[in-house]
Amino acid sequence: METKRIVFVGVGGQGNLLASRLLGEACLSAGIPAVVSEIHGMAQRGGIVESAVVMGYATSPIVSKGEADILIGFEPSETLRALNKCNKDTVVITNIRPLPPFTVAIGQGVYPDIDKSLDLIRDNVRSLIALDGDELAEKAGNPLSLNMVMLGALVGSKVIPLDEDILKETISKTTKQTFLESNLKAFDFGVAASRVG
Amino acid sequence: MHKLLIDSPDKEMLLLGNEAIARGAIEAGIAVATCYPGTPSSEIPDNFFTMFKEGGFYFEYSTNEKVALEVAAGAAISGVRSICTMKHVGMNVASDTLMTLAYLGVNAGMVIINADDPLMFSSQNEQDNRYYARLSGLPMIEPKNAQEMKDMTVDAFDLSEQLKLPVVLRTTTRLNHLRGMVKFGQIRQIKSKGFFKKDPFHYVAIPAVSRNLHKMLVEKYDQALELSENSEYNQIIGNGKWGIVTNGVSLSYVQDAVNDLGIGDKVTILRLGFSYPMPENMIVKFLTRVEKVLVVEELEPVMENDIRSIAQSKEIVIPIKGKEKDLFSRLFEFDPGMVRRTIASYFGVPDTSPEVVDVTGIPDLPGRPPNLCAGCPHRAMYYAIKQVYGPDAVHPSDIGCYTLGVLPPLSMADIVICMGASVGTSCGISKATDQKVVSFIGDSTFFHAGIPALINAVHNNHKFTLVILDNGTTAMTGNQPHPGVDTTPMGVDTTQLSIESMVRGCGVEHVQVVNPLQVKKSIEAAKVSKDFDGISVIISKELCPLYARAIKKAKKARPFYVNQDKCKQHLDCINLLACPAMYIDDGKTMINEVFCIGCTVCAQVCPENAILPLKKLA
Ligand SMILES: Cc1ncc(C[n+]2csc(CCOP(=O)(O)OP(=O)(O)O)c2C)c(N)n1
Ligand code: SF4
Ligand code: SF4
Repeated sequence: METKRIVFVGVGGQGNLLASRLLGEACLSAGIPAVVSEIHGMAQRGGIVESAVVMGYATSPIVSKGEADILIGFEPSETLRALNKCNKDTVVITNIRPLPPFTVAIGQGVYPDIDKSLDLIRDNVRSLIALDGDELAEKAGNPLSLNMVMLGALVGSKVIPLDEDILKETISKTTKQTFLESNLKAFDFGVAASRVG
Repeated sequence: MHKLLIDSPDKEMLLLGNEAIARGAIEAGIAVATCYPGTPSSEIPDNFFTMFKEGGFYFEYSTNEKVALEVAAGAAISGVRSICTMKHVGMNVASDTLMTLAYLGVNAGMVIINADDPLMFSSQNEQDNRYYARLSGLPMIEPKNAQEMKDMTVDAFDLSEQLKLPVVLRTTTRLNHLRGMVKFGQIRQIKSKGFFKKDPFHYVAIPAVSRNLHKMLVEKYDQALELSENSEYNQIIGNGKWGIVTNGVSLSYVQDAVNDLGIGDKVTILRLGFSYPMPENMIVKFLTRVEKVLVVEELEPVMENDIRSIAQSKEIVIPIKGKEKDLFSRLFEFDPGMVRRTIASYFGVPDTSPEVVDVTGIPDLPGRPPNLCAGCPHRAMYYAIKQVYGPDAVHPSDIGCYTLGVLPPLSMADIVICMGASVGTSCGISKATDQKVVSFIGDSTFFHAGIPALINAVHNNHKFTLVILDNGTTAMTGNQPHPGVDTTPMGVDTTQLSIESMVRGCGVEHVQVVNPLQVKKSIEAAKVSKDFDGISVIISKELCPLYARAIKKAKKARPFYVNQDKCKQHLDCINLLACPAMYIDDGKTMINEVFCIGCTVCAQVCPENAILPLKKLA
C-alpha cells in the first residue's frame, strides 16, 4: 500500500499516545506494516505530546516537516503549532475545544482566535475536519474518551485504508469493561462527525 | 501472565522498543537485571519490575548506575547472565567501574543497555556514548528497529560469552520509544545460581594483575573484530557507485530516502549494526566499490573518522563526508526529510520532498512548557523558601520534577549540572561568595549522588541550606521506588531507609522535617535555617500526589474555588504560587475544579482568605 504518515498532537493527559498505539495495533490486525513513534517523559506535566504512525512500507518511525498525510490535533492551538508538519495535500482533523496553557494565565502569551485559526488551516491544506471532540466525549458518557472520538474521526475521514470494524475490535480488546461502551460510543460519534465535516 | 513472558515462539506483537529489549533479555534467560531509571531507558526496568517474580529472575532498582553495573558484573563474573540498563549520562556515573570491568571480563553473558538521547528530549546533554566503546574497549551493537532490539539483545548475550566481555547495546530515544512488530523467539532456560571461583590474579585489579589484563583486553579486540567482520548486523547492501554508511535508526531514514529518490541502483549502503570494533575488511571492500561516501550518523563523526583512518591506511583516496556545513550537523536528532535532502544534494539528484505549508500567518502561540502539576508539594516548598529568602539567594538545584521550578514565576533553579551536583556546587558557591545559598535535591537524587557531597559539606564546614524534596518516589522517570520507599504495597521485599537518619548520619546536626503543604510551618523552618550559620537540611516530606493516587494513598480532598466577593485581585496566588489549576478569566481569578486536587496551599497563601473549598470531593 501507499505510505500514510499520520501525526498526532495533543497535551499531556489527552490520551493521544493511546490513540496512536491503537491505530498501530489495528494495522497489525489488518496485516498492514506500521511503525508508531512516541516521546515519553513529560506527558503528565502538561507539556505537548506528539506521536506518529507510519503505515505502509516506509521504515522511518517519524514524520518530518511538511510530510504528514494526516495531522490529528487534540487541541486547536497545538494543531496550529504542528501545522509545519503539513503540506498542501494534508488532511487536518482537529478538536476545537481550547485548553489554554498556563503561560496564558500568567500573562506570558495570548491564546489564538479559534475561528481565524481554523480559516488559516483550511486555506493551506487539502481539507480540514473540525469538531468539538470534548463535547462528543462528554455526550458518550466519558470525558476521557476524546482519543476515541479523534480515532473515529480519522477512520470516518476515509483517508486511511482501515475500516471501523477493525478499530472497534482493537478498542474492545484493550479497553476495560467499564469504559468499553462509552469508548465505542465516542468512536462512533467521531466517525459520524468527520463524515459530516 | 505478563505479555513479555509468553512462551510461544513466532508470536507477533506490536512492542515498544524498550519492551522488545526486555523480551530479548527474557529469551536470553537472564538471572539478574539491574538499573537506575532514566528516560529513554526506563520502560525496560519497569517491565522487569512487573514480571521478575513471575519470570523467575532477580531484579533491582539500584541506588545509581555505578552500583547497578557492579551488581550485574558481580553476577556475570559468578557465572549467571545479567543485564544492566541506564540512560547515556548514567554511563558517566558507571564509567569508573566500566573501564576496569572491561579488563576483568565476565564468565556469563552480560549486556549493558545504554540509551542515548539526541536532541535531549529529556536529558541535560546529548553526549555520544559510542565513544565509551572506544574508551573501554567493549564491543558495541546498535539495533535499527523493534525486532532487532529484541534479537540483538539475545545475540548480545552469546557475543558476550564468546568474548568473555560485557557487551554494550546502544539505542537512541527514537528506538526506545517507537512501537514496531516483534516476532518472538524461544525462551532459554535460566541458570540462576552461579559460583564465584577465586582467582585473585585475574579478579584483583592491582597493577601487576592489570598489566596482564590490559594485554588480554587488547587481544580480545582482534577476536571481536573477527566477529564484527562476520556479523549479520554488518551488511553491504546494493552495488551502486554512491556509498552511504549508516547506523541505528538512521538506516531507516536512509533506506526511505533512497526509495523516495529512486536511486536504489546507484547506491551501496554499508550498515554497521555491530559498530565497534568497526569491521575493517568489510569497510575496505565497501570503499573500493564506491566513488564517494556519505556517512549518515547522528551526533559525533565517530564512524566518519574511523572510516577515514581506515581509508588512509589502505591509501584509498575518495571523498568521505558527513559532518560538514551543508551536510550533517553534530547537533540534535535526524529526521527522514533532512536525510533525504542531504543525500539528494550530496549525490546531485533532484529532491522530492513536499513543500511545507506557509506558516507565516500563524500568530505567536503561547508556550506550553511542562510544569509542576497542580498541588505538587515541590511548588509549596519553593513558595516558602522564596518568602523567607527573597529573590537574591542562590539556588543550586538538581535533576527531577523539581527542576521545573526553574520556570517563572517560581524561578527556583539557578544552576543545574547533573544528578547530585546541587550539593557540591553549593559548597563552591557558598565559599566563593557572600550570597545566601539554598539548594534543592530530590529524594531519589539524594540517594543516587547527594550523600558524598553532603558529607563533604559537613566535613569542610560549608555554610548553606539543603532542601531535600522528599516526595516518596522517583517521579520524573515514572515513579520507580528508591531506598527511601516502602515497597511492601508493590509486593516487593526491600528495606526502607530513613532520609532523616541518613542526613544525621552524614553529620548534619541542624535537620528539620516539614510538610510543605503546611505553609506557615514551612516558612518557619525556612526562617530557622536562614538564621543558622552552618550547614542545615530541611526535609520537605509529602508524597507526590500523582504517585499517591497510583498507590491508592491519595487523601480525599475538596477542590477549591475563589470567592469573587472576597477576592481583591492581589494575584498572590497566581504571581507567587502559579498552580496550573488557576487561571484568569475576564479579569477574575478562577480555579479549574477538575485540575485542582485540593492541596489547600493557595488558600493558605491568599491574604483575603478568598480561596475556599467547594462542598464536593475532588
Ligand atoms: C545519571 C543520571 N541518571 C538518571 C537520570 C534520569 N533522571 C532524571 S531525574 C531522575 C530522578 C528524579 O527523582 P527525584 O530526585 O526523587 O525527584 P522527583 O522527580 O521525584 O521530583 C532521574 C532518574 C539522570 N538525569 N542522570
Ligand atoms: S509528578 Fe508529582 S512530583 Fe512531579 S510535578 Fe507532578 S506532582 Fe510534582
Ligand atoms: S488547592 Fe489551590 S494550589 Fe492546591 S491544587 Fe487546588 S488550586 Fe492548586
